Amino acid sequence: MSEVKKSTVAVIDYGMGNLHSVAKALEHVADDNTTVVVTSDPKVIDAADRVLLPGVGAIRDCIGEMYNAGLVPSIRKAMAEKPFLAICVGIQSLMSHSEENSGVDCLNHFKGNALFFGEEHQDRDGSKLKVPHMGWNQVKQAIQHPLWADIPDNARFYFVHSFYVVPENKSEVAGTCDYGLEFCVALARDNVFAVQFHPEKSHKDGLQLYKNFIHWDGKP
Amino acid sequence: MGLAKRIIPCLDVDNGRVVKGVQFLDIRDAGDPVEVAKRYDEQGADEITFLDITASSDDRETTVHMVEAIASQVFIPLTVGGGIRTCEDIRRMLNAGADKVGINTAAVFNPEFVREAAQRFGSQCIVVAIDAKKVSAEGETDKWEIFTHGGRKPTGLDAVEWAKKMVEYGAGEILLTSMDRDGTKNGFDLGVTRAISEAVHVPVIASGGVGNLEHLVDGVTKGKADAVLAASIFHFGEYSIQEAKQCMVDAGIEMRL
Repeated sequence: MSEVKKSTVAVIDYGMGNLHSVAKALEHVADDNTTVVVTSDPKVIDAADRVLLPGVGAIRDCIGEMYNAGLVPSIRKAMAEKPFLAICVGIQSLMSHSEENSGVDCLNHFKGNALFFGEEHQDRDGSKLKVPHMGWNQVKQAIQHPLWADIPDNARFYFVHSFYVVPENKSEVAGTCDYGLEFCVALARDNVFAVQFHPEKSHKDGLQLYKNFIHWDGKP
Repeated sequence: MGLAKRIIPCLDVDNGRVVKGVQFLDIRDAGDPVEVAKRYDEQGADEITFLDITASSDDRETTVHMVEAIASQVFIPLTVGGGIRTCEDIRRMLNAGADKVGINTAAVFNPEFVREAAQRFGSQCIVVAIDAKKVSAEGETDKWEIFTHGGRKPTGLDAVEWAKKMVEYGAGEILLTSMDRDGTKNGFDLGVTRAISEAVHVPVIASGGVGNLEHLVDGVTKGKADAVLAASIFHFGEYSIQEAKQCMVDAGIEMRL
């Protein structure tokens, strides 16, 4: 009998709050051979088979804490070589720049910016739209991807954000959403996937995305 | 296509049990919070609000454990309110698995707390709960005031102005409860709901007074609420979340089914 391969998912903890729900959701869908670790140790991240970069709060603090904790080299290394998933502010941190907090330079893995919806955000008919964009919205899958497996097109996911990403390279857009304008909510390139919504708060379709990530070999 | 309106069942928890004071008199037991939360999750609730109404702080530890238990089994957003007075209270609830915290009385007595909390944890997790009562007489221009202590103590604060101030201080969402309607089953106070929803750019959750599914529809269509919160109509099996959602869809409201 051949030995079953054990695998580890590292959830990066850089001091920006609630990782409980991310870890619990991953554990909920993980099989017996998968271990979920919440870690701020670069060595643990380097040794993991898969890496998840969460994010809540303000972008300046997120990026600042990633650098302060000495995690940026490990994040870049993981993005270069293994299945990597970024969520919420995590997707924004992978862009070149965000206009939040008077402008913050980010990790520049995806060329493009994170922009503010604006406090006077409107629907196309001129009616007022609330900001943050908070609640369940439909995600249109722009490409076929292993992380969309068994998730219906236009499934609803839970969002809470006031900034949205605008990638320069449209071929990297993996999913879009509509809220006064059509905007990118999922990015994919090689072994990196990033989403604006919260899979851990998006019930069965969110859990399915995490399950897909746990089984993903990093190939598009 | 677009953002769905939300239905949020609310769990009022006292001494580790879901309760609902009907007309503020008899407190009816509605079960174990973890079981109740799981049931609503399965029925398709869009979020869950957990309101700790336990008076003594000794039971705060119980609440933390309960929030942990709910958060490890329910994969939709969870808001925890009741007795949130310090950043340490917020940190504990977020670490236990809450996604948002509701700040009520502490905001009235110390508005700077809202600013501090929003700066530290982000506006996305700061819900300011507002308990409002109509104070204008029949025939006068509508006016609502903030009350504390379960609607017993007036504060002199105008509800609409207060909501605007709280958003300016960093509230990411407003949970608006009409103290005139709470527990009556006569429907939301649509006037104050609409006035506040139109005055602020963040989402507003309407609460207080839901007795039937039409009331939920009215909260969105007439009150312009982004989400509707109810407790007793769901707790005692009168309606399921699915029935409520279907009723709203039939009324032309975008929902997650």
